[in-house]
Amino acid sequence: MNAARSRITLPFLIFVTPVLMWLFLLIVLPHIDLLLMSFRIEDDTGGMVWSLVNYLNFFDEPVYWRTFARTAVYAILTTVITFAVSLPVAFYITKVVSPRFSGFLSLLLLMPFWVSELVRVYGWMILLRESGVINHLLLQAGLLQRPVEMLYNDITMVMGLVYTSMLFMVVPLISVLESLDDSLIEAAYDLGGNVFSIVTRIIIPHAMPGIVSGGIVVFMLTLGNYLTPNLIGGKNSLWFTEQIYNQFIASFNWNQGAAFGFLLLILSSTIIWIGLKLTRQKLSQVVQ
Amino acid sequence: MIRSLPNTRSYTLGFKLYVILFFVFLFAPLFITCVLAFNDSQFPALPWKGFTLEWFTADLPERVGIFHDSLNLSAIVVSFKVAFWVSIFSTLVGTCGAFLFEQENFRFKQALYFLMLAPLVIPGVILGISILLFANTLGMFFENTFNLDVSLFRPGFWLVVLGQFSFISTLVTLVVSARLKKFDHSLEEAALNLGATRLQVIWHITLKFLRPAIIGAFAVAFLMSFENFNTTLFLVGSQSTLPITLYLQVRDGSTPVINAVSFLLIVGTSMLAVVNLTFSRKKE
Repeated sequence: MNAARSRITLPFLIFVTPVLMWLFLLIVLPHIDLLLMSFRIEDDTGGMVWSLVNYLNFFDEPVYWRTFARTAVYAILTTVITFAVSLPVAFYITKVVSPRFSGFLSLLLLMPFWVSELVRVYGWMILLRESGVINHLLLQAGLLQRPVEMLYNDITMVMGLVYTSMLFMVVPLISVLESLDDSLIEAAYDLGGNVFSIVTRIIIPHAMPGIVSGGIVVFMLTLGNYLTPNLIGGKNSLWFTEQIYNQFIASFNWNQGAAFGFLLLILSSTIIWIGLKLTRQKLSQVVQ
Repeated sequence: MIRSLPNTRSYTLGFKLYVILFFVFLFAPLFITCVLAFNDSQFPALPWKGFTLEWFTADLPERVGIFHDSLNLSAIVVSFKVAFWVSIFSTLVGTCGAFLFEQENFRFKQALYFLMLAPLVIPGVILGISILLFANTLGMFFENTFNLDVSLFRPGFWLVVLGQFSFISTLVTLVVSARLKKFDHSLEEAALNLGATRLQVIWHITLKFLRPAIIGAFAVAFLMSFENFNTTLFLVGSQSTLPITLYLQVRDGSTPVINAVSFLLIVGTSMLAVVNLTFSRKKE
């Protein structure tokens, strides 16, 4: 293997060529193009000129930046809730339930996430809508007098987003908790630690790499989600990806859409970067 | 607290209840979708009006089952084709990537590795629009300079394949790399000492060792591609993939045919998941 260090060998060329083509043609150049397009507008004569208008529009039009801020806040909220819901489950599977069942339970946990996101969202729509299954059951039981529309509000939307990306939190949590030595918890318990102090001072510090990698993936997927806000959040969901979609498909203003896309990319990179800095982790460690 | 420590009854019971509720939450939407695929009603809703297979098999004016629903059937075919090409390409390139980052040393390796990870943190929507824009720019360039109309650069089948390939390759690279890390290099060295060339070693020894990971990565790539929505949304042309077709139907109101499609998807993906798990078990 040392030979490759000094000169270019045939295997090296075989490996590097497709990888370079992939990364440059499909990742680097398209994103440079995205950036350039976001600074161009059509002038009165139909020609393209350089301009900052696409970005100025974003700040001038309250609906744009409010949607942007709203998306960011809800994506962070979703990530936090996903973590809070997933941690006990991951802990139960790795540490509490009898080892005979823990393999089976983690398999069971993965099953729903193999199924398309669309099918899962559709399932929630059937359950929650005004003519849906839950309303039907509550009416039958006499708990409701008339059906209630449970879709198309922010709470349901956040629940849907949590549901959609939960797997990407649970799996890394299970793998870090598996590596946590039980005797640490036993020692803390013997020394008089209560549940709260054991969770905050032993379990969470140990699980930090898993929390960060799960958090990054959940955040990124939530921020870039289109299906769930659109179908469950309804017309008023105001998710930023919907603004991008509208610019591209409805208004056919690709330059404005490119600017929005770039802003979303900056937002996601910045928050991921802050998350990594705060927890002193590196991206390459986190994805392992 | 944990199984080796004495726990209070209420702690054990409460925890068990939470996990049971969690699993109900997890499976409720899938379960109800499957059940309502067999309900003899015009709408995917309760009350239960009796068991029927008509949402799969019927070909009546008021009720067209999935097996006669040409719109959804052709979308399924398109999705299969896309997933086939995406998994072939991404498995090939991803395996090259794994070898490149695990076995080769070169300048800017760290930078390239970082770039390879980037698709994981770029939202799918952004990948979709940037590839759409770039393809459009290239298309205009070819038309203006060479007077050529290249159909590849317009939204359509191959652009969808490229868009999905752009991030699925990263996953394949990571999966195959993980396996390659466990490879015992003394095997390679032995073969090299016995006079094999580097390429012969890779072909006869390393790739044999990697086979379970490559098959697993292929299956995951296939599934990711089959189900992709965000990136595909912007690149799709006249041939719509299944998630896009279903989305348009769900958005504009729904019939139990969608439940029937969902049922088939759930059964299909579960089977693929089982196959994939058996392969990764063997790997251990």
